[in-house]
Amino acid sequence: MNRQIRLTVNGKKKEIRIDVRQSLLEVLREQLGLLSVKQGCSVGECGACTVLIDDVPIDACLYLAVWADGKTIRTVEGESRDGKLSSVQQAFVDEGAVQCGICTPGFVMAATSFVEKHKQQKVSRHDIRRGLAGNLCRCTGYDTIVTAVQKCLDDDD
Amino acid sequence: MFNFRSYAKAGSVQEAIRLLGENPDAHLIAGGTDILVKLHKGKAQFDHLVDIHDLAELNFITQNDSGDIIIGPLVRFTQVAESELIYQHIPILSQAVLTIGGPQVRNVATIGGNLCNGVPSADSATPLIALNAAVTIEGRDGSRQMPLESFFLGPSQVALERHEILTAITITHDNYADYFGHFHKYAMREAMDISTIGCSAVCKIKDGILQDLRLAFGVAAPIPIRCKGTEDKVRGRKITPKLLTDIANYVSTDVRPRTSWRAAKEFRLQIITTLARRVVERALLNAGGIIQ
Repeated sequence: MNRQIRLTVNGKKKEIRIDVRQSLLEVLREQLGLLSVKQGCSVGECGACTVLIDDVPIDACLYLAVWADGKTIRTVEGESRDGKLSSVQQAFVDEGAVQCGICTPGFVMAATSFVEKHKQQKVSRHDIRRGLAGNLCRCTGYDTIVTAVQKCLDDDD
Repeated sequence: MFNFRSYAKAGSVQEAIRLLGENPDAHLIAGGTDILVKLHKGKAQFDHLVDIHDLAELNFITQNDSGDIIIGPLVRFTQVAESELIYQHIPILSQAVLTIGGPQVRNVATIGGNLCNGVPSADSATPLIALNAAVTIEGRDGSRQMPLESFFLGPSQVALERHEILTAITITHDNYADYFGHFHKYAMREAMDISTIGCSAVCKIKDGILQDLRLAFGVAAPIPIRCKGTEDKVRGRKITPKLLTDIANYVSTDVRPRTSWRAAKEFRLQIITTLARRVVERALLNAGGIIQ
């Protein structure tokens, strides 16, 4: 049940052979070596495997790899530029929004999409919590994560 | 790796119907947020998949010349929530879909999939049956339309033959014009949770009189249901606090909640009674009603 698919991953065009039974999570981790995409619950509840497909956050565990054909994928590996962290990544560092780290790549991607969608809009902390409701963190209590996102939204650049 | 045995991608509705016809064990997969979870848990019922995930012809939200709103089954919940057309005319649906899962799930999960799963907790079902939505179904023998309310037959059972596919959800103009509504989902968490009870009410009022009420509940019976006994009893009544008390009292004869690990029957009944009053009250207020 193999298929050839073409996709853009973190700005690079790829043509790969996949099995239609594979999730995008498996292909990104095992074939493309993108280990930031974490396998958590595998049933779309924890958000640890969040990646952006055409700039929209999805759970890679509940997404067949074959559906990524022709699409553009972003993972945390592609977010920094020339050794400089993205504004969302930097805000997570600055606010101490990381503890054990397993949820962090998924949170960064969900937050990146939220910030891109709501830049310069008036957004409450409750709105941010709703926007990140698909990601679980068992360490931070979320406050520092919400603050990091708030900071990115308030930034002018 | 998911453990299904065959996979075919349909390039059109007609091809999907043909593929379903060729294999009586085949199931459609749309957004996949339910089926892939079941496959992950090793359920064998989805051994053969016909894939309509990216079928563009079923992804649309339109309004025809008569003002009817027509929603394609492959519309994602995020699209429903962000649709100006839906928010302007049937905001109860925008409100309801935002309570489903979390953002990642709503970006992929489809409104048609939610209905075709046939679960009593489907959060898009109660606003749609309160709006008297109709579903269009296509199969080998052509196309047919039926009220969404009769589409639900039992837990995980809907009125689709093996070769049939849901192709449209229609809310006609007369069913939403001059109606105002409200939705409430009672669940244990504010997101990423299944309804303990879901409630939708739409109403039409004139000169302090309730002209029409349509009240629907999820998880109050084996299928999403309308409370027609209650609706018939209160049509034409004056909008008073007593009306709300009566609605709360009448509604228990329309529902058949059961005990599950999520909630006991008695608790569900309590929530149903409370929501009937609160949700109808909000719908009346949204309609500009003064309860006195």
